[in-house]
Amino acid sequence: MIAKLQYQLKSQKVIVISSFILLGLFMITLFAPWLAPNDPIAVNLAHKLQQPSWDYPLGTDHLGRCTFSRILYGARISLGFAMLIFISALSIGLIIGIIAGYKGGWVDQLLMRVGDGLMAIPSLLLVIGFVGIWGAGLKQVILGLILVQWVYYARVIRGMVLSLKEQNYITAAKISGSSTWTIMKKHIIPNVIPSLAVMGTLEMGWAIMNLSSMSFLGLGVQPPTPEWGAMILEGKSYIRTNPALMLYPGLMIMIVVVTFNLLGEALAERYGVKSR
Amino acid sequence: MESKERFILHVRDLHVEVRTKEGSFKLVEDINFGIKKGEILGLVGESGSGKTVTSMSILQLHDRKNIQVTGSITLHDRELNGLKNTEMRKIRGKDIAFIMQNPMNAFTPVFTIGHQFIETIQAHTSLNKKDARELAVDVMESVNLPEPEKLLKLYPFQLSGGMLQRVMIAMAACLKPSVIIADEPTTALDLHSQLLVLRLLEKIRLEHGTSILLISHDLGVISEMADHVIVMKHGKIVETANVLELFDNPQHEYTKKLLRTRPTLYSEKQPYTYTL
Amino acid sequence: MGTYVLKRIITIVPIFLIATLVTFGMINLSPVDPAEAYFATAHIQATDEMLEQKRHEFGLDQPLLIQYVNTLIKICQFDFGISYVTNKPVWEEISSRLPATIQLTIGSLLIAIFVSVPLGFLAGIKKNSGMDHFSRFLSFIGASIPSFWLGYLFIFFFSVKLDLFPVEGTGTWKHLILPSVTLAFPLIALYTRLLRSSVLENLQESYVLFARTRGFHEKMIMRKHVLRMAISPMITGLGMNIGNLLTGAIIVEAVFSWPGFGRYFIDAIFNRDVPVIQAYVLLAAGVFLISNLIVDLVQMYIDPRISRKGRQYQ
Repeated sequence: MIAKLQYQLKSQKVIVISSFILLGLFMITLFAPWLAPNDPIAVNLAHKLQQPSWDYPLGTDHLGRCTFSRILYGARISLGFAMLIFISALSIGLIIGIIAGYKGGWVDQLLMRVGDGLMAIPSLLLVIGFVGIWGAGLKQVILGLILVQWVYYARVIRGMVLSLKEQNYITAAKISGSSTWTIMKKHIIPNVIPSLAVMGTLEMGWAIMNLSSMSFLGLGVQPPTPEWGAMILEGKSYIRTNPALMLYPGLMIMIVVVTFNLLGEALAERYGVKSR
Repeated sequence: MESKERFILHVRDLHVEVRTKEGSFKLVEDINFGIKKGEILGLVGESGSGKTVTSMSILQLHDRKNIQVTGSITLHDRELNGLKNTEMRKIRGKDIAFIMQNPMNAFTPVFTIGHQFIETIQAHTSLNKKDARELAVDVMESVNLPEPEKLLKLYPFQLSGGMLQRVMIAMAACLKPSVIIADEPTTALDLHSQLLVLRLLEKIRLEHGTSILLISHDLGVISEMADHVIVMKHGKIVETANVLELFDNPQHEYTKKLLRTRPTLYSEKQPYTYTL
Repeated sequence: MGTYVLKRIITIVPIFLIATLVTFGMINLSPVDPAEAYFATAHIQATDEMLEQKRHEFGLDQPLLIQYVNTLIKICQFDFGISYVTNKPVWEEISSRLPATIQLTIGSLLIAIFVSVPLGFLAGIKKNSGMDHFSRFLSFIGASIPSFWLGYLFIFFFSVKLDLFPVEGTGTWKHLILPSVTLAFPLIALYTRLLRSSVLENLQESYVLFARTRGFHEKMIMRKHVLRMAISPMITGLGMNIGNLLTGAIIVEAVFSWPGFGRYFIDAIFNRDVPVIQAYVLLAAGVFLISNLIVDLVQMYIDPRISRKGRQYQ
């Protein structure tokens, strides 16, 4: 029993630490304009490809833009859009999950089959396909990512609705009062929230990874927007002289994804949810 | 008048403790019994009484890191407790054979019965595959298993529970062990298969003089098969007696309780009693 | 067992047909007009009549169903149309680049299997040992690190700093190492994790205990019985993950300037070269289906329960 407690404490520690890190990252996202020493898209060819200095804490890129500032603003892009994707996918998943669970029958079957089909295709390919049809750009990538993600949320919500339905029949037979609703809210929803939380964190990390991959391929963010993946694309030619241009954006991606994954896994352990 | 024959398997002052983070807990204590040649000793007890712990200790298959076994366990006067694993391996399967409760799970699903039978034979003899196969077929024939050649080519999932159990017993008897430990050999089977299994054990006992430790919570099986009985509760032996005495004149309260709780539909005694 | 195999092979056909339908729909949804694209590439200023004539040539004025059937027929002959960009047959473009990609993916797969099987197996058997912690760490990092960054890290350390391997291009096995390892990394992360948890589950099973009671050597039990039982989920995971292998290849090819089909595909996307995109999707679907089939066949070999279930002997 103590072993289990220790185990939970460890998860708890991880949850706390990673939440702090994420909080810090979100602070950066919010306060980037004040934290950044320079304008991230200001081109200044005279100062191009400089090494770190007081003016430019991480040096400059091939257009003379401040790397540090670009990284800070990049956090806005990655984390901001990750949140956007999460909220959108969750909303769509909520709607579809409720419809599927509530209606049942062929509507349910159809929606679930579509979901299965979407899940069967590797996600990056789907997003690339999306871009293939409608052209390259941030909007298309975001839409593609939302399209891939809603299925996971829909499934969880659908499960919740199904068990809710079952409860209804049972309690109807019991002839209870209006307290049935609150009972269900107490029992069912607490089961769903952890699943959604775990899913959300892991999916957000994954969304950031994919967004940066697509931008690295040139299919996502377009210049001059500072996004970490795109920065690696721009910086790769200078790997011998200015490796910082490639190293730091990638490091940021990894830190963010690692944090989300740690948090997601720790939440999964703590609340007994199965991670993907 | 009992002749002073030696005990083939003799357990004296067996104490088993498990070490956990909370401290040491006694699993079984003061276990004393012996089995003579050709005898069947019945071990009766509910789940958690220490039956499995006792048989695992005899086989020295306990977790040596956390479980401590003190006392003497001798086979033909040879001390087994604390014996090196390399020596103990020679004894397991050859001098002491084990029959498991659920035959479906005992065999490895991905290998044929024949493969596993031959495997066992080859682990303890220097026979080649062909001779080992012949031996297996012979043994199976002598215990009236139908079409042994065919049977050996099948996979465990293709046989019924009763058939598998009989194959397991044939495998156990094949190398002419001095002792067979049968852990609930009939519990997972239908009545007809139970009969076949018990008959088989009896045949082996008569033909080879094998001593059998028959563990069961089915009093009907015990009454049919055992010569002597020990009753275990909470890790201790509460009664030791000759089988006839036990059923006619139980001493300990617990034994009386066990005998009383046999459900009967009719007032006359039934040939097969029910489990606890 | 033969019937099972046959059944599996046959189910590929309808799924592939659906894929062709999807790509056909994709092309028709795309705002790009093949006729316009043709003339744009050839740098010819097209008049409306020329456009009409070209459309007729391409069969675009026929009913959709007929177009679809024609497309299907052509696909069977490996005719994927003409590239909008180069006006050369798509199949020609693909087949010249495919070998490089195949080399890369097979190489990575082999590396991944040869690393994750021993690693996952040992990690499961010796739980909480140094090996176990290392494998879990590796799995975590492998799943969290962007592969393009990893690629550049490798380049930075091994090519630029240590000068052990060439930076880009193909030719010798030296050229193949960094890209394959980069591509293999996330695979190793996943497979090791899968195998480890499968081994841990199997160690609890009764058959392990029964093997011990028969006096088998512990190592033999682990290597022969447990490994064979535990590897099944890992192989399933392998099959399901082929998609990531394909997408990973696209990225790795971009990083290492590997002249494979993945890079070409990305260029095609930029250029809205729809026939190439269609061809890629169909090929990917085909690879996906066939690799799943292979995985299923391997599973059948390892676990006889799959094909023979239902025939009991009393």
